[in-house]
Amino acid sequence: MTREKPKIAFYWCASCGGCEEAVVDVAEQILDVVAAADIVFWPVALDFKRSDVEQMPDGSILATFLNGAIRTSEQEEMAGLLRRKSKYLVAFGSCSHLGGIPGLANFFTRESILQAVYFDAPTTENPDRVMPGLPLNDRHGELTLPYFSDRVRSLDQVVEVDYYVPGCPPQPKIVTRAVLTLLGEHPPTKGSVLAPDEALCTECPRKDSKPDKIALKAFRRPQEIQIDETQCLLAQGLLCLGPATRAGCEARCVEGNMPCTGCCGAPGRVREQGAKALSAIASLIDSQDESEIDQILATIPDPAGTFYRYSLPASLIHNKRGV
Amino acid sequence: MPDAHNPDTPPRIGVYVCHCGTNIAATIDVPALAEYAAGLPDVVVAREYKYMCSDPGQELIRQDIREHNLTRIVVASCSPLMHEPTFRGALVRAGINAFFLQMVNIREHVSWVHTNKEEATAKAKDLVRAAVRRVRLHKPLEKRRVEIKPEVLVVGGGIAGIHAALTIANSGKHVYLVERQPTIGGHMALFDKTFPTLDCAACILTPKMTAVGSHPNITLWTYAEVAAVEGYVGNYKVKVRHKPRYIVEDLCIGCQECVEACVYKEGRWADEFNLGLSKRKPIYLPFPQAVPQKVLIDPEACIEFKSHKCKKTCVEACGERKAIDFKQEASTEEIDVGSIIVSTGFKTFAAHRNACYGYGVYPNVYTSLEVERLVNASGPTSGEIVLRDGTTPKMVGIIHCVGSRDHNTNRWCSKVCCMYSLKLAHLIRERTGAEVYNFYIDMRTPGKGYEEFYDRLLDEGVHFIRGRVAEVADWPIHPSEEGKLVIRAEDTLAGFVRRIPVDMVVLSVGLEPQSDARDVRRLFNISCSEEGWFLERHPKLAPVSTFTDGVFIAGACQGPKDIPDSVAQAGAAAAEAMALADAKYVELEPYTAHVIEDACSGCKTCLTICPYTAIAFVEETKKARVNEVLCKGCGTCAATCPSGSIEQNLFEDQEIFEEVEGLLAYA
Repeated sequence: MTREKPKIAFYWCASCGGCEEAVVDVAEQILDVVAAADIVFWPVALDFKRSDVEQMPDGSILATFLNGAIRTSEQEEMAGLLRRKSKYLVAFGSCSHLGGIPGLANFFTRESILQAVYFDAPTTENPDRVMPGLPLNDRHGELTLPYFSDRVRSLDQVVEVDYYVPGCPPQPKIVTRAVLTLLGEHPPTKGSVLAPDEALCTECPRKDSKPDKIALKAFRRPQEIQIDETQCLLAQGLLCLGPATRAGCEARCVEGNMPCTGCCGAPGRVREQGAKALSAIASLIDSQDESEIDQILATIPDPAGTFYRYSLPASLIHNKRGV
Repeated sequence: MPDAHNPDTPPRIGVYVCHCGTNIAATIDVPALAEYAAGLPDVVVAREYKYMCSDPGQELIRQDIREHNLTRIVVASCSPLMHEPTFRGALVRAGINAFFLQMVNIREHVSWVHTNKEEATAKAKDLVRAAVRRVRLHKPLEKRRVEIKPEVLVVGGGIAGIHAALTIANSGKHVYLVERQPTIGGHMALFDKTFPTLDCAACILTPKMTAVGSHPNITLWTYAEVAAVEGYVGNYKVKVRHKPRYIVEDLCIGCQECVEACVYKEGRWADEFNLGLSKRKPIYLPFPQAVPQKVLIDPEACIEFKSHKCKKTCVEACGERKAIDFKQEASTEEIDVGSIIVSTGFKTFAAHRNACYGYGVYPNVYTSLEVERLVNASGPTSGEIVLRDGTTPKMVGIIHCVGSRDHNTNRWCSKVCCMYSLKLAHLIRERTGAEVYNFYIDMRTPGKGYEEFYDRLLDEGVHFIRGRVAEVADWPIHPSEEGKLVIRAEDTLAGFVRRIPVDMVVLSVGLEPQSDARDVRRLFNISCSEEGWFLERHPKLAPVSTFTDGVFIAGACQGPKDIPDSVAQAGAAAAEAMALADAKYVELEPYTAHVIEDACSGCKTCLTICPYTAIAFVEETKKARVNEVLCKGCGTCAATCPSGSIEQNLFEDQEIFEEVEGLLAYA
């Protein structure tokens, strides 16, 4: 009789689906995973139900890869359920890891979001002024929608998390390495981010082109300039967050001639990615004059959304005051 | 005893709250604070005492460390600037690392700035709680020693620089004295007499100048400037740029036969030393007592430089000595020194800036410095006080505070003008018998023998009018004013406006920072006040030190000063430099930053933000490296490093977060 294969699961919460795509992107390597493990739960691809998971013994899943941030009561329940059933719970992708792009909703109150979505959006037609949250009685009994909570949270703000796989979405190499590591005999230290603990500049193909001193009179957006494909993007005035972002993606965006936006989060020694990136970028401003500095800073249209694009819920500031 | 240096040992903390007499105890409930501290996690003992910094206070800490096996100490008292070294010493004497200490400033930050005792006590509790949280994470650190080179660089060869150089050289240490002018001597060399004793300035200065020139321990470089300074206390590398004087200094013996022989038989160019009151030749000695006794050529004036067609009678006269070199170029020399004394002096206020006084418009309006040359026995008139037309003035007005105590120009008092105006009044009256009027705002004559000198002048019949002069003009409204300069001023003691017709006006110009003071400040990495005077580290406790270790200041570059004060300060700066050299090494504070090499991504963000250029990019490893000797621990790089790869001792992120969390935690 063959030894039982370890069980793994994939789940999604507040996410765009890109992380599911990333799992599929692993392509042929997924076969190695399949050969090594049984996938017991993967709503996007396999027809297992929540009740199937509920019936599994606690701790019987070796590892659950959960992507997406936590916003609704249903997501919180599923996170709790999978936590109980899994030996390792892995936060997969930026949203689960740090709160991600959905986390930028923490700059707005719950009420203003519902108002915008159900009433104010130009594409919304809602003459009956229907709002979520009203119980509905039909032949199955009373039905309710999951509760839309006040704030977006990262997975580890809801349940204990064992490991993190960073990226938006995580790159195939990182995913494969992470899965095989967890299936291997020497699991990494609990709480580890399963990617190199250094900044992206380390693996950036343009590293050598970065000058010792960068002095900027304005920041540029990619659509505003002809980007030199060989030169450091920061030196060209583009807001590349590579210096403040964890490596591991092999600088895919830079390879595509676009600046790093910081999706892998900060290296492990940094508590606050946004603040760190901000202070590093601020040091490049070439002026001693306050009003000129204001002008230069005005060339960054959305500083909060730029520096905290992926990390707002997990950051020290969490949310806008009052949210 | 638990090993305080073992990170796994649970911390045993002692908290000591100081009353500071009533400084703290009057505003903070000290017993309540100590009692509160005793209940905080990991606190083994908490005590209060009248004066923690006193010997019994320190002994309390030492005894507790031994008896209770304390591994971390929190002292809640005054600013760490005041007593951190004291308490660190107490820890060391009790056998634990000096850096296991955290001070809480409940005096300057709490008792001195608050009045509500209850709220002040609550704030003190918050601060103590933060310190207790933080001190647990303190790591043992060691101070590093750096060797000190005994050589000293003195920049500026006025009386302050001369005195400092001689003092240090006499102690057996080598001094480099760099002066930008072709001779040393500075402003003092321009004077005839010095107040209040009326000593002959030359008689007291020139022997010192000669001593500098011939001292075996002094390398004198005139007509040279410091071009670059690198390094740190004890180990400065200084580049000195020699301007070409077109004379080989080693070969020139100062005979001046070349000056005699110049194709120009008379001087035609304004003589800088006499402030343009006389003319000099293209080849010249700045003044007869110049040190070094080496001539120089003004390439703007010399025919050979302009047309290459001069007969070069100077070269002929020099003959076998071959000291003249028209091809000479600027050269740069690098020296290593342990400390630097900056004594770059001052400039006088440019009198034409105050248009009301007619300087540059009326030929008989002089600055005080010009009059110094006129009264000087070796000056352009051999000490005779005559106007530009050769006549002797019968009425002279001396206007005080020109470019001083004036909101339109300089707000400060230049300190020396009252006294030198009195001196000039005395000399003018003595030499010419003229009626001399002093126009003053306040007479400021504090100093040994100064007030007595003022009294003497009052007896000599010099007139004093208290009031700021409104204008100097040549418009007569009375026959007695015909052909005279009329000084119009409100006599504030008599209570009316006076018009005094005079033949000569002397403007007592104030002292200003050198025009390039800000460049010099940057060169030596020292600070200056808003006005441009170099800033001492502490006006009372470190008056000749700067915020850069091993760089000292002396003389009027620090602020207006007379000769005795400049010399005293120069002596103090020399003593500091010698003390540093004799200490052989300095101890550097260990709160420096360092790069975690494995983590650094080589993004170079830190390179340019370091104000002390202490960070270099190592090409081989493609990573940054902090020179911990240059690092001042300002923390800028640690805050900026985007990947968190720079850590600063005693200010690690975790220590700061603990402190913040301790502060914010609800009591």
